[in-house]
Amino acid sequence: MTRIAGGQIDRSRTWAFTFDGLPYTGHPGDTLASALLANGVRLMGRSFKYHRPRGVIAAGSEEPNALVELRTGARREPNTRATVAELYDGLQAASQNRWPSLRFDAMAINDRLSPFFAAGFYYKTFMWPASFWEKVYEPIIRRAAGLGSLSGQDDPDSYDKGFLHCDLLVIGAGPAGLAAALTAGRAGARVILADEDFRMGGRLNAETHGVGGIAGADWAAQAVAELASLPSVRLMARTTVMGAMDHGIYAAVERVSDHLAEPAPHTPRQILWRIYSARAILATGAIERPIAFENNDRPGIMLAGALRAYANRWGVAAGDHVVVFTNNDDGLRTATDLSAKGLEVSVIDARNGDEVTGSAGSLGLKSITVRRANGRSEVLRVNALGVSGGWNPNLNIASNHRGRPVWNDAIAAFVPAPDSVSGLTCAGAVAGVMSTHAALATGAARAVAALAELGRSVTPMDVPEAEDAPVKITPKWYVQSGKGRAWIDPQNDVTVKDIRLAHQENFVSVEHLKRYTTLGMATDQGKTGNVLGLAIMAELTGKTIPETGTTMYRPPATPVALGALAGRSRGPEFKPVRHTPSHVWAAEQGAVFVEVGYWLRTQYLPRAGETTWRQSVDREVLQTRRSVGICDVTTLGKIDIQGTDAGAFLDRVYANTFSTLAIGRVRYGLMLREDGIVMDDGTTARMGADDYVMTTTTANAVPVFRHLEYCRQVLWPDLDVQLISTTEAWAQYSVAGPNARKLLQKLVDQDISDAAFPYMACGAITVCGGLRARLFRISFSGELAYEIAVPTRYGDAMIRALVEAGQEFDAVVYGTEALGVMRVEKGHVAGNELNGQSTALNMGLGKMVSVKKDAIGRVLSQREGLTAAGGLRLVGVRPVDPARSLTAGAHFLAMGAPATAAHDDGWLTSVVFSPHLGHSIALGYLKNGTARMGERLRAVNLLASTEVEVEIVSPHFIDPEGERLRG
Amino acid sequence: MADHRLKPLSPLGHANPLTETVGPVTIAEITDTALASLATRIGHEDDVARLAAAAAIPLPGPGGHAQGAIWAAFWLGPQHWMIEAPFATHEDIAAVLRTSFAAAASVTEQTDAWARFDVTAPDLPAMFERLTAFDLRGAASGAATRTVIDHLGCYLIVRNPQTLTVLGPRSSAKSLHHALVTAARSAF
Repeated sequence: MTRIAGGQIDRSRTWAFTFDGLPYTGHPGDTLASALLANGVRLMGRSFKYHRPRGVIAAGSEEPNALVELRTGARREPNTRATVAELYDGLQAASQNRWPSLRFDAMAINDRLSPFFAAGFYYKTFMWPASFWEKVYEPIIRRAAGLGSLSGQDDPDSYDKGFLHCDLLVIGAGPAGLAAALTAGRAGARVILADEDFRMGGRLNAETHGVGGIAGADWAAQAVAELASLPSVRLMARTTVMGAMDHGIYAAVERVSDHLAEPAPHTPRQILWRIYSARAILATGAIERPIAFENNDRPGIMLAGALRAYANRWGVAAGDHVVVFTNNDDGLRTATDLSAKGLEVSVIDARNGDEVTGSAGSLGLKSITVRRANGRSEVLRVNALGVSGGWNPNLNIASNHRGRPVWNDAIAAFVPAPDSVSGLTCAGAVAGVMSTHAALATGAARAVAALAELGRSVTPMDVPEAEDAPVKITPKWYVQSGKGRAWIDPQNDVTVKDIRLAHQENFVSVEHLKRYTTLGMATDQGKTGNVLGLAIMAELTGKTIPETGTTMYRPPATPVALGALAGRSRGPEFKPVRHTPSHVWAAEQGAVFVEVGYWLRTQYLPRAGETTWRQSVDREVLQTRRSVGICDVTTLGKIDIQGTDAGAFLDRVYANTFSTLAIGRVRYGLMLREDGIVMDDGTTARMGADDYVMTTTTANAVPVFRHLEYCRQVLWPDLDVQLISTTEAWAQYSVAGPNARKLLQKLVDQDISDAAFPYMACGAITVCGGLRARLFRISFSGELAYEIAVPTRYGDAMIRALVEAGQEFDAVVYGTEALGVMRVEKGHVAGNELNGQSTALNMGLGKMVSVKKDAIGRVLSQREGLTAAGGLRLVGVRPVDPARSLTAGAHFLAMGAPATAAHDDGWLTSVVFSPHLGHSIALGYLKNGTARMGERLRAVNLLASTEVEVEIVSPHFIDPEGERLRG
Repeated sequence: MADHRLKPLSPLGHANPLTETVGPVTIAEITDTALASLATRIGHEDDVARLAAAAAIPLPGPGGHAQGAIWAAFWLGPQHWMIEAPFATHEDIAAVLRTSFAAAASVTEQTDAWARFDVTAPDLPAMFERLTAFDLRGAASGAATRTVIDHLGCYLIVRNPQTLTVLGPRSSAKSLHHALVTAARSAF
């Protein structure tokens, strides 16, 4: 055991956990990493490429090495950093990317073959033969190199998304963040303080120096307790702010249940928060960086700050013979702290000319080689080495809006450029001020400034007495030594040699360097290694580090589970469902439903004995045409258009004229886009002098409404027009067929005889003894037909009333399939013809585009290219051999013409089996189609390998004179 | 109510509106309120204000809901309101409003366009921060807004600190109800 006294763990309770199946114990307050170290476990993983043995390097979210698979079964999560995995009783973790075991990994042969795996080896090695790439090389590489593996099962947990608002978002709860939150919170500002750790306090929890006369960790705990008591402050521990979005919005992931074996019932595992902040303060501190030297990746070699964090916060000594290798005074703190805990510690200070040149120990550090300033080398037996090359401000979020960091010579690191993100300021170490006192002071000052911008005058908190040592550092990036490898990016196995190779092969731009060597492209995004890589490239190119520059910092700052991004939108909850008013009734009847956008519509209603959908659909069509059929058409968009200029408005948005429509009448309308292409079609009814009801297609209900609002608000704000959607307000049923009137007359309280309610009439009526309703005599099927609308709450009762009233006529309820068959039989265009590239002329509706008035799309619909003789025209199609089936999408070709695009004459848009005619029929667009009636062509579908001889006929297969619907 | 033989169904598909309790949260389907939109015709702004006052119909400003003795209203857009009245006495609410406002305003029945859920809980923001971008913690009683909940365009009305009305598209009542119940279970 390597537990030592002290720390912020609860030793009164002991928790059991396993790693690679072996049992261990830890305490509340431990991370998996601290608990493993406390149990003497240094070897925690294998590296990505060379399968080198690796242990923990850091004590925070920047950890590149100690990646494990956490949990088992469906909850197994790969690539979890042991440093941020909070220990819980029963935790199960396993190492990854090794076979057959962590201690003996057969794939470590890669390390021996490392000369073949240098930077860019993918591009150089696997060039030939090309066909081997996908089948041979890639599978082998993927198996050999990699991280953890997915469970392959559905994630059993749920994830929420949410929205928070505040005056001030403080990111990071170290001394700077706590001071900012206290200053703003005491003044009553709405503050959110978010920190990725489960214990707030940041480095105060990992250091021994005091604040305000008490231990830093105790001061932090007091500050957190006070903040918790302030009603306007929201404390969000276990919450990682992962990126700065636009307009003061920040994305954050709260790990609600990750510290539990599994979430409580109905509780999400994580929540993705969208935080709307008026101002934000970034107080994310700094991340220590190493100094590269040969074989600097052995388990036991850690960042110096991490070494003392484990000792001070978790009461863990990572070794009892410790050396600290540093180029700055902060590294000396580790030596001081560990000595105070009774460990044997010595210091190699690079500023004195001493260097660590190598290490030994196959599965963990056993010794290091030191080259003294006088040139003499010696081997020291150690089991822990703390390395400090200085601290890099943790500035990812400050650079999310492309703000390039600026170099600060005083601390030898990049700091955020001022105003990199609008509304965001930086405080504490992330701003390059590295002492505790300066962190507290800048935190308070930034909060005062932020709130002043919001018009609030706030007094900064009194900054307590605290450590205020200056940064003393002499940059040292790597140690020049033999031919061995010195690691820069340990997770992706990028070495100093790889940087040199990239330079040698002229990949010197930082963006090329990154992609060629994969520096910083691992799950840790190079938090500890990037600046080393840049510094070495700068040295090789003879440029300064700021001249060399940095790559882009993009969200997320740390890895995010895809489940958190998906939230509740998965499986059946992926999108909402819209139910029609007849849904309950239809479900009782065993209807088959089809998704139409969000709507669930009745596709057809099978009856006993019917074994195929065609039998049901044929019956529904024939029964409707023979007697009467009922169909729920509520899904069609309905828009109320009122105002004294409603008629003029319609004249401008429709290609044909509506202002002349008589009150109580309906007209079919065609709406064009500005470019002259048909946008939508439908009927519009004039219910009163200034009162119209427009019907749109189901698919275009929203786009048309949006278009009309744009026209009203932007194009013609001077017109007196008011719009509102009424799609959902009315349950609307089509009643079609020779007996439609007889059926409806049983329910409608008024006279609807042909004389009283002729074809294309509309009006307010009452049904069933007084319920207000609307009736439209319009037909999509070509039959005598009406659409009747009642308030939606009565939609269920209405379908039942219609069915009951229709019994004596053998009425049928039909679905969308029969609807489609009948509209093709009648030659009405629908979605397949309204395809966004067809004109009124193409559809045979050219005369509807009025030339007596202006309307959207009129001018451009007359473009030469759209009006040329011989263009596509809507035609009907039937197979010459009635036994043959047609397929939609087949192209027209002249008899004997080769099946090439050059000979293409058009295509079949909609195909149905017409039970009325007893064979396939189709609509299609055919070049010069109107003049080619009776012509025989081939319908060729190269995808389906079909070719059918067809005859071009009128698109009106049923009742071309329209006698039925006027009956 | 008109004398006819058709029986209504609630948006959730039941003969009677559903009330569900999830921990401290009560989610009640409300069907006893008639709705109509009222939009001022150009040049009739003063007329509408005068006629509304005469009819005791409150017309709140942007982001607001106002409750009168019988009538209530919330703001939809410039010179555009949704008017509420008891369904039992105002089922044909549009006809009543047309009588009051004549040619000064356009009136459209909206009663059944919406599913209404009244949500009651001691800490509503804790639940609704998982549903909507609306800043409920910063909102006072009488606030009303348009927002999106689980892809659905909805209106929220803050009746009082413990009661919130959610109006969502009626056809998606079940999806909206599911979202509310899920958030309630998740938050409490």
